[in-house]
Amino acid sequence: MTDALRELTEQKYKYGFVTEIDEDRIPKGLTEDIVRLISHKKGEPQFLLDFRLKAFRHWLTIEEPRWANVRYSPIDYQDIVYYSAPKPKKKLASMDEVDPELRAAFKKLGIPLEEQARLANVAVDAVFDSVSVATTFKKKLADLGVIFCSFSEAVREHPELVERYLGSVVPYSDNYFATLNSAVFSDGSFAYVPKGIRCPMELSTYFRINAADTGQFERTLLVADEGAHVSYLEGCTAPVRDKNQLHAAVVELVALDGAEIKYSTVQNWYPGDAEGRGGIYNFVTKRGKAMRRSKISWTQVETGSAITWKYPSCILQGDESVGEFYSVALTNHRQQADTGTKMIHIGKNTRSTIISKGISAGRGQNSYRGQVKILKGAENARNYSQCDSLLIGDKCGAHTFPYIEVRNPTAKVEHEATTSKISEDQLFYCRQRGIKEEDAVSMIVNGFARQVLKELPMEFAVEAQKLLGMSLEGSVG
Amino acid sequence: MSSKDHENRPLLQVEGLRARIGETEILKGLSLAVNLGEVHAIMGPNGSGKSTFAGVLAGRDHAEVTAGSAILDGRDLLAMPPEERAKAGLFLGFQYPVEIPGVGNLYFLRTALNAQRKARGEEELDAVDFLEYVKDRMKLVEMDPTFMSRGLNEGFSGGEKKRNEVLQMAVLEPRLAILDEIDSGLDIDALRIVAQGVQALRGPKRSTVLVTHYQRLLEYVVPDVVHVMAAGRIVLSGGRELALELEKKGYAWIDEEAQRGAFAISAQGAP
Repeated sequence: MTDALRELTEQKYKYGFVTEIDEDRIPKGLTEDIVRLISHKKGEPQFLLDFRLKAFRHWLTIEEPRWANVRYSPIDYQDIVYYSAPKPKKKLASMDEVDPELRAAFKKLGIPLEEQARLANVAVDAVFDSVSVATTFKKKLADLGVIFCSFSEAVREHPELVERYLGSVVPYSDNYFATLNSAVFSDGSFAYVPKGIRCPMELSTYFRINAADTGQFERTLLVADEGAHVSYLEGCTAPVRDKNQLHAAVVELVALDGAEIKYSTVQNWYPGDAEGRGGIYNFVTKRGKAMRRSKISWTQVETGSAITWKYPSCILQGDESVGEFYSVALTNHRQQADTGTKMIHIGKNTRSTIISKGISAGRGQNSYRGQVKILKGAENARNYSQCDSLLIGDKCGAHTFPYIEVRNPTAKVEHEATTSKISEDQLFYCRQRGIKEEDAVSMIVNGFARQVLKELPMEFAVEAQKLLGMSLEGSVG
Repeated sequence: MSSKDHENRPLLQVEGLRARIGETEILKGLSLAVNLGEVHAIMGPNGSGKSTFAGVLAGRDHAEVTAGSAILDGRDLLAMPPEERAKAGLFLGFQYPVEIPGVGNLYFLRTALNAQRKARGEEELDAVDFLEYVKDRMKLVEMDPTFMSRGLNEGFSGGEKKRNEVLQMAVLEPRLAILDEIDSGLDIDALRIVAQGVQALRGPKRSTVLVTHYQRLLEYVVPDVVHVMAAGRIVLSGGRELALELEKKGYAWIDEEAQRGAFAISAQGAP
């Protein structure tokens, strides 16, 4: 590897800072009492406590999965603080009253909340550690009957919606990490778009893990009623930490008949240092259920975390429903990613598309794991999968694990995969035209990822492009 | 030459250049001088080192330079990384242009131009201004606008790639263009378009070195000087008629003569 390439892939994480804010914490460890305490602190209704307890009791009976192509030392679940909320200094009436330190932290991340909200026409429900602090554009949305708020607020204001849909896509017993989340989730986001409404702006949440040794257990529930359209953005950055931090989020999407949900993620949590110390363990369960003629589209750009374990999936239950998965996953240094999707075809004439772009640099290990399942009743189901890997340097790895299960003879399933390297010839060509090597790498990587990046909403695409470049400085442009 | 500076000094001055690939010496004391505004053709049989020479000038690190010098406009080319040579005004037209999937042709060109403009202290062009800038130049090589939004050389035919090289040259406006077999693999129409493009870019402020096997290109772009390269050196230099002679007699006699050392004296570049 040339010097410039090495320099580029060895850049330090830019977002390493810790914000000092008073926190409301509970003791370390996980017991039934802790689960009750979390629920009590949040003043939750009985159905939610019951949900948590069922999950907790189930969790005690199951084992952490080991099938993913990632390696890490065992997680001590009793050494984690399961709840932490910033103590508000006073009750907030508007954005101006948000803790200045908090706002400064957002600024450092390049997210001037009010500016962004105003200029980009984005309503931002900012999640800082585990509790939502500020929500903007609520009024405009409320006029249309769109609900966009923190999960806790939804529990208070719209318990019937939460009770109806919580766990309807990812049941409390789904998998080890989802079950853990179901027991201890602290907060998250909730959105409901009523029948026939096209949400007039992108709904956006910035997550950020801040308190040391605090696991982050977000819960997102997004419901698009019949014929509704919504686009949701999720973006993340986290400060440098020496100890590994566990993140086990759950995202559930419900697209009722004729609805359309586009869910976009840019994930840039702390990946650990060049030797693999520190960094976030990101074990996330994301799934959507698509009813008749509805569409769910996942787009993700994953550049952060020490370990990524994540398979945003679609259950294509209704006839003629459509599922899409567009992914860029980048691993550098000693990062490991095992990510992909599941497309479960149940309804007739269901269609799914999978475009996965894996980029490996440094000693990074990148695995695509995807399942396409065509059930018996899924007449004329179609799937197209494309998995491309790009290698930078000679110490990284790319792996592809496609699982295809077809139980209906009318199905048509296609899978294509390629692996390529950034060649010396490509780099020399760019440099001969006057483009320096690191910019050339960034350009080539962004070109590789373009098919996915163009699926992102405009303002996010720009951020994602920069991030790819930066992450390979630590790799894309 | 009319400019006073260049009466004393050619734009490109190569002296005693030696380079090897692995253990094999490819360039064996090559010397060449190209004055501003001139078009030179370097001809020679396969394996004589023409492409290696072009690559070495542009800074490709496949060959190791062991002796000699290459000065462009008073600057030591061999001491600069490839991108600095480009910014100094050196352009290499590639024999095999690479494909870079997903990187838009137009975007690539603008990035390259802006990198060079920035180095010259000029303002960078935004997408709108650049489009204006590139429009006329596209006509020069009869490039369809749809090509500009496609990935760089992605799925281009051989002829399209070569036209794209000439377009890049037109956009970047180099002081010295070295075109490595810009005529290879072209059908008669593509050759005409490429050659006309190169001819149109000829001017008093630019020098061009055409590396070629065939003299057909030279019917469109009539060179001021023709050099013959054999066994890693320029062994013979002359005018336009030399190319015609080579066309008639082939390269075999050059090889034989070179092996006998017959050209030891005439190996000093421009006549």
